[in-house]
Amino acid sequence: MATIDLLGKQIEVDADGNLVNLDDWNEDIAKEIARTEGIPELTDRHWLVINFMRKEFIEKGDGPTVRRLTKESGVGTKELYALFPKGPAKKAARIGGIPKPKGCV
Amino acid sequence: MKKLLILGAGTGGTMMLNKFHKALDPMEWEITIVDHIETHFYQPGFLFIPFGIYKEEDVIRPKRDFFPKNVNVIMEEIDKIVPKENKVYLKEGTELIYDYLIIATGSEIAPEETEGLKGDLWYNCIFDFYTIEGAMNLAWFFEKWEGGKLVINITEFPIKCPVAPLEFAFLADWYFTEKKMRDKVEIHFVTPLSSAFTKEKCAEVMADYLTEKNIKTTVDFSTGRVDNENKKIISWDEMEVPFDCLVTVPTNKGNSCIERSGMGDELNFIPTDKYTLQSKDYENIFVIGDATDLPSSKAGSVVHFQSEVLFENIMSLINGKEMKAKFDGHANCFIESGFGKALLIDFNYETEPLKGSYPLPVIGPFKLLQETRMNHFGKLLFKWTYWNLLLKGRELPVSNEMTMTGKQIDEEKE
Repeated sequence: MATIDLLGKQIEVDADGNLVNLDDWNEDIAKEIARTEGIPELTDRHWLVINFMRKEFIEKGDGPTVRRLTKESGVGTKELYALFPKGPAKKAARIGGIPKPKGCV
Repeated sequence: MKKLLILGAGTGGTMMLNKFHKALDPMEWEITIVDHIETHFYQPGFLFIPFGIYKEEDVIRPKRDFFPKNVNVIMEEIDKIVPKENKVYLKEGTELIYDYLIIATGSEIAPEETEGLKGDLWYNCIFDFYTIEGAMNLAWFFEKWEGGKLVINITEFPIKCPVAPLEFAFLADWYFTEKKMRDKVEIHFVTPLSSAFTKEKCAEVMADYLTEKNIKTTVDFSTGRVDNENKKIISWDEMEVPFDCLVTVPTNKGNSCIERSGMGDELNFIPTDKYTLQSKDYENIFVIGDATDLPSSKAGSVVHFQSEVLFENIMSLINGKEMKAKFDGHANCFIESGFGKALLIDFNYETEPLKGSYPLPVIGPFKLLQETRMNHFGKLLFKWTYWNLLLKGRELPVSNEMTMTGKQIDEEKE
């Protein structure tokens, strides 16, 4: 299993580069991953999406797709792409410390 | 009398009807199938229509030609399923009850999900090739087209037959080369994925073919809207791709009756156990093919492999036995690469498409993940197999579980 260095700690990641253990995650880690993904600052709207992703993953065992995010998180598709360019579900999952949602093939 | 009800008479529904008709005692069981369209479409054939390789008559047959005698056929649209009452209501008011229900209602394109897609340019210079109407209109358009920017765009995943848009690009390259106008057509493949295909190893091979055939590729493009006036597709993050002819693969959704029944996810696909094919919510409901939410490909070969599992499991349940059959996600797809050649890929939930031969080691006759003429003949022969064996539920000489026999494990990673 590969590891990456985040804030001076070696943290386990899967083949997609997402965190393996939910417990390795905290808000500072999230901010650090966001920076490497080209998002310099996480706003309240980012957090709304990230927290929704984590909640869905913990409840259902899989993160939501963009479609589900749009329907359930209260953030529209257009804004999702502005917040997390290129792949909102994929990027928010990585920053939220959960595996890439299965719906994002 | 016990009642087995099948919703949908496409590939999955028709195969299940034939299997159960043979297996169940007619004195004990009443089998009913419901659909509202009389024509069976050989959907893999739609790909060939825009290029004049197949005509309409190659891909249509009456559904009733594939139904056994002594089953109830109801041609009426489904209104909704009420699983708690074991009932299905049809649009004309018919009420059906069941002991066991098989849902095989498939998936369909939903161009109305994308702003501007079904606007003024629809079937003028924007076409789909997932319906007979789209494929036929595109064939007429291509016949007279003088060239320009041809954009092939996948709106979002999941889609039916994820290899079809790539095949379309390859066949377009061949078609316009034969017409001696390839230099006048700029082919551009635009996908929301981060690579050419859903499976990594195959994506690399496909990317090489795209480059070799001078097909431009844009990845990470999630289509937000279509600008009809300026002929552009625009992504959610404001990237723009201009077109003269847009071949779109619109959003795919499950049948609207699933939405009315409150049984589907946000795209009307039904939560289904990925191994047993039983509905996650109801013990006496099973789901097959495109109607499921499984992480397997939505394709006819997948339905075929699922049909064996579904049959065994329902028979076990009927006989009070444990359901033992497990679907492994097996898919097997020919990929037309143009100029009379094709590739073949064989994979499942766990194993990516690998090189090798199929179905037999060394002998093949088909080569996996390599371009050969034999693979192309395999694809064309499959039409005969489909009409004559598959739909009638006959055994095919291939295993429904994926096997590693004949496959080469990646030497570079060893």
